[in-house]
Amino acid sequence: MFYREAGQFKTNYADDMAIFPILQDKIGVAVIIAIAFIAVPLFGNSFFISAVMIPFLVYALATVGLNLLTGYTGLLSLGTAGFMGVGAFACYKLTTAFPGVNIIVWILISGFFSAAVGVFFGLPSLRIKGFYLAVTTLAAQFFLQWCFVRIPWLTNNNVSGAIEVPTRTLFGFAITGPNALPEVRYLVVLSIVTVMTLAAAHLVHGRIGRMWMAVRDMDIAAELMGIKLLQTKLLSFAVSSFYAGVAGALMVFLYLGSAEPDVFSIHISFLILFMVIIGGLGSLIGSFMGAAFIYILPIVLRYLPESLGFSVSPATVEHVNHMVIGALIIFFLIVEPHGLARLWQTAKQKLRTWPFPY
Amino acid sequence: MFKTYQAIALSAVIASASIFAIERAQAQDEIYVPLFTYRTGPFSGSGIPIANGLHDYLAMLNERDGGIGGVRLRIEECETSYDAKKGVECYEAVKAKKPVIVNPWSTGTTLSLIPRASVDKVPVLSMAYGLSASADGETFPWIFNPPNTYWDGMSSILNYIGEQEGGLENLKDKKIGYVYLDAGFGKEPIPLLESLSKEIGFDLKLYPVPADNMQNQSSQWLSIRRDKPDYVVLFGWGALNPTAIKEAVKINYPRDKLISIWWPGEDDVRSAGPQAKGIKALNWHAVGADFPAIEDIRKHVVDAGKSKTDKAKVGEVLYNRGLYNSLLIAEAIANAQKITGKKVVDGEDVRRGLESIDLTPERLKELGLEGFAEPLKLTCKDHNGHKATFVQEWDGDKWVRITDPIDPLRDRVKPLLESAAKEYAEKNSGWPKRTEACDSPA
Repeated sequence: MFYREAGQFKTNYADDMAIFPILQDKIGVAVIIAIAFIAVPLFGNSFFISAVMIPFLVYALATVGLNLLTGYTGLLSLGTAGFMGVGAFACYKLTTAFPGVNIIVWILISGFFSAAVGVFFGLPSLRIKGFYLAVTTLAAQFFLQWCFVRIPWLTNNNVSGAIEVPTRTLFGFAITGPNALPEVRYLVVLSIVTVMTLAAAHLVHGRIGRMWMAVRDMDIAAELMGIKLLQTKLLSFAVSSFYAGVAGALMVFLYLGSAEPDVFSIHISFLILFMVIIGGLGSLIGSFMGAAFIYILPIVLRYLPESLGFSVSPATVEHVNHMVIGALIIFFLIVEPHGLARLWQTAKQKLRTWPFPY
Repeated sequence: MFKTYQAIALSAVIASASIFAIERAQAQDEIYVPLFTYRTGPFSGSGIPIANGLHDYLAMLNERDGGIGGVRLRIEECETSYDAKKGVECYEAVKAKKPVIVNPWSTGTTLSLIPRASVDKVPVLSMAYGLSASADGETFPWIFNPPNTYWDGMSSILNYIGEQEGGLENLKDKKIGYVYLDAGFGKEPIPLLESLSKEIGFDLKLYPVPADNMQNQSSQWLSIRRDKPDYVVLFGWGALNPTAIKEAVKINYPRDKLISIWWPGEDDVRSAGPQAKGIKALNWHAVGADFPAIEDIRKHVVDAGKSKTDKAKVGEVLYNRGLYNSLLIAEAIANAQKITGKKVVDGEDVRRGLESIDLTPERLKELGLEGFAEPLKLTCKDHNGHKATFVQEWDGDKWVRITDPIDPLRDRVKPLLESAAKEYAEKNSGWPKRTEACDSPA
């Protein structure tokens, strides 16, 4: 009844190509963004903002990045955490070497370092595909993590082998370091994630996205149509790693506040790949859903018994948590192998015909 | 179908409510002591006995004395799985409930909390782990890491090895192997080892074990078999310890030449079988349950079914380690009450309480822990104590103390510590100068 596009005519190509072609979608997205920018910082408590929302957004950004590579271009990567680490360590080196430059500039520029590393490790993708590519990107993950542990220059010769985040400000507000308010950090992360997600949406709706999808669907056919495989695949690696790098820098600078190399372990690579798969390959909104499912749901399950008044030991909750999440992953993959995004598509389809389904 | 959507919507509402419900009002007459523990994950082998010791001592104070100074302690565990990210999440979850102290039990989490402690006014007690430099109370007024740092531990081990050889200088041309967790914890002592190796002239061999590959150390021990070091020093945690000990048994490395830092527990050694006999480890407190306070724990907590502890494991080394940690917490709270005259103390008071910790033998006796550990005195300048440790040997069934207290090489550790603290403050531009007043001598 409410979700119907009847009467919304598209009179030019630009309208037809719009990211949100239906008015209701535009309104919906505007409402979500408004809630995220206004309601969450106003009403959320410090735990909700700094331990739930900020890491969720960081993971979502990394998932968007991996989705561009795996979901849109069809190249499997297990090196995401390594690329995130490159971003984080690059940002640390840059901001300690040039403390005068605004940290946001460095966070974004560190993405380019990550992109360069991503392109390098993406080179084999021209010759190998599928699981074999996954193995070469796995090599990237191990090599990069080895570098973080073994090259003391990266941590400015810190004895504890960790990077620590100094205080940096924006418009007089501390945005990194211990004095940064959770709300401020959240808004910075949210702004970066929103802008970069919109950029990704434009990218995948445009010529480049179509090239990626053509390569994903059949690379030989794409090549015959005049798409240069090497450039296209490397571009995908570059953009994907750029996103991962920015996400990694955000993770250390605006969430954790310090990081051992262990933060960027293979575990995170898998986690982000699961977020892509659960959320839906080739869907940006799915990236957010997948990140929410894998990251927020365990936190909810962890604190649910306590808030309902049950006294369960945290270790038991943790065990149950693992089982429930595992079962839910299997359940969703059986019920909807195309991920949560497809579930959302189906729901939209049902909404269109509601209340008179035919 | 509609029912399903309703159910989904309902559960979503409950779920979101639960996140917001974390910040609850707390009763005024309680002291909130969160415990960051890990009873799951690859480090749970070490984490469980420590969690039990931590919990049981404080629970005993609640049951026996009704808390500290008549105020009940609200003890809550938060599961971290030894994951720094989860540790930070736990911290965010407990922060709103005004904890008087946090014990991260993870070097990674500690590093994240160090800059926040002074802002949030929550002292961090990282007992013999974390950032060694935080022993410097002038730079880190909110961080405490008694009774020794890893540098102290490493130098005590070297001191002990030197004793075996008849003096440190006799280590010249000996080969010392170092098997360590390839993370901040294991890497910290390397600069000390390297400088000593140059000075004394022993040959240092490093065998790093990556954290995600702790259960597979065959390559490291193959190298040890090839290199034949005269002594092997082990800095492990979690699954690293039992694996290393098993490998040492497998390649038949002389067990009495394997000396570990203070982290292996009974189960770590026991799993390697009877051949593990002779392995040595540092320690700074007693093993066993033969203390009035631990009797009280048995009576009021374990036998009363208020604990998850296996009755047979009360008094094991890591259990007592957790207990020692809780002893420091309780002592800090008691001191804070004494200094401020308040009953319900907060983080700032407990920080002062920690700085005035003075565990004399008399005080330990009063607490029912006579001879449990060496006396410990913290000051505003020294948040560590750099206490002596002793070596204990595995006799196939239990740890047996075999030496007198061995002093760390304090003259080596001190300059390292000072320069590390200075460097930390310099690197983190704008590191706050200490403004907290000093109470002692109290």
